[in-house]
Amino acid sequence: MTAPGPRPVRTSPARRRTPRPGGRLAWPIAAVAAIALALLVLPLVSLVLRAPWADLPRLLARESVLQALVLSFGTALAATALCLVLGVPLAAVLARASGWPSLPRRLLRAAVTVPLVLPPVVGGIALLQFLGRRGVVGGLLDDRFGITVPFTTGAVVIAQVFVALPFLVFAVEGALRTADRRTELAAATLGASRWQVFRHVTLPLVAPGVAAGAVLCFSRALGEFGATITFAGSLPGVTRTLPIASYLAMQSDPDEAIALALLLLAVSIAVLIGLRDRWLPGVRG
Amino acid sequence: MTRMPRPVLHADVHVARGGLHVEAAFDVTPGHPLAVIGPNGAGKSTVLAAIAGLVPLDAGGVSIGDRVIDGLPPEARRIGVVFQDYVLFPHLDVRDNIAFAARMRGGSRAAARAAAEPWLERYGLTLLAERFPAELSGGQAQRVALARALAAEPEVLLLDEPMSALDVEVRAEMRDELATHVREFGGATVLVTHSPADAAALADSVLVLEAGRVTQRGTLADLRAAPATPYVGRMLAASHD
Repeated sequence: MTAPGPRPVRTSPARRRTPRPGGRLAWPIAAVAAIALALLVLPLVSLVLRAPWADLPRLLARESVLQALVLSFGTALAATALCLVLGVPLAAVLARASGWPSLPRRLLRAAVTVPLVLPPVVGGIALLQFLGRRGVVGGLLDDRFGITVPFTTGAVVIAQVFVALPFLVFAVEGALRTADRRTELAAATLGASRWQVFRHVTLPLVAPGVAAGAVLCFSRALGEFGATITFAGSLPGVTRTLPIASYLAMQSDPDEAIALALLLLAVSIAVLIGLRDRWLPGVRG
Repeated sequence: MTRMPRPVLHADVHVARGGLHVEAAFDVTPGHPLAVIGPNGAGKSTVLAAIAGLVPLDAGGVSIGDRVIDGLPPEARRIGVVFQDYVLFPHLDVRDNIAFAARMRGGSRAAARAAAEPWLERYGLTLLAERFPAELSGGQAQRVALARALAAEPEVLLLDEPMSALDVEVRAEMRDELATHVREFGGATVLVTHSPADAAALADSVLVLEAGRVTQRGTLADLRAAPATPYVGRMLAASHD
């Protein structure tokens, strides 16, 4: 039980004594930081500078581009939806796992983290061993049901889910951890069943986290290349997504490649703006 | 409100939590609120949580009238709880907070909101119905918390330190208001507090809990006449609010 009484008012003098960060930095640090920043920004600036702006409408209206565009947005949206359906419950388990013994808890967390640190190509090869026609489960699907997974649009979605799921899970898990558990208890005393508590209290409370996770998940899925090309290939209109189309075009028609790259950059910037304004208050300002 | 004879709360709580073994057995008669009073960490809130089903009992039992409830989940117990600092639903406005229980019983959102209307009126919250919890003062939040709990039509009401989140200036006024509402409720009521003034205004009798054990039970006058422990004596001497 906490002691009563008014909350202490925050006063500024205590803050004034601490020096403001960023005031004095040794110049080599500032110089290196400038180089790092240039490394991040100059390539994108160059991309914009070299863009064939006059030809852009024509390039983006090409059949092959439109195909890749529709395929990319369709699969990335489907992957995000799948990540939401699968990832929110996984996040709920992960958030509650703090009471588990150390080993299973760490293994669970490691399993969710793996796709973040794994080279996507490795993910693609692993997916082939799992769902390929000779794969551990894919062989069975092929023999028994005549279902072939790899090199289909479905395979694109699966590859995207594999790489993007951790983004959603960790965003939602963070939101679940900071939500006040007592609100759920209060709901229970008001007659809410476990499912109703989840549906009417927990989910709305973590909605900002879910939204932020979904946006990150979407942008990761949209940019997916390595796992996709390994597991799903590059069939025009079926598995050739924007990043793959852009990479291939670089060898035949650099202008088209740049146009596609610009498109992906525009989406990324839109995601950044969306996240800053609405879902990541810590980034604001 | 329909006035039906309200059942007695029988509580026999045995809970071991974090090195503290809490043991408290008591009955609470409708219309005669009981204040559980004691130092910090004595297990007062644990007693309430156990009655509400929010922490499991290790032994003992809880029943309301002859309805044994200790095997039931919190949502089936029909026990209203006003939590310390109220724990309103931050994503719902005042009206939807109060309509929450009706909504959980099924039925449409509109029906639940309509059912909340008389509660808004009775608690003087009509003008605040569209506000969110973050936009309420402590006293307003307390009203909403109480209305939300009573709108679920509980048989028993539990109040956990209901005054502690309030500013000192409004405490006396809110205490009187809360006492009125508790009397209107009329069912078995248990209040956790560390303040004899709250106990005097809100409860008929007092149960003193120290380190998980009941050290005294009686009216405040009984306690004053013969404090059973040094804590009881100090507490009564120190109370001026």
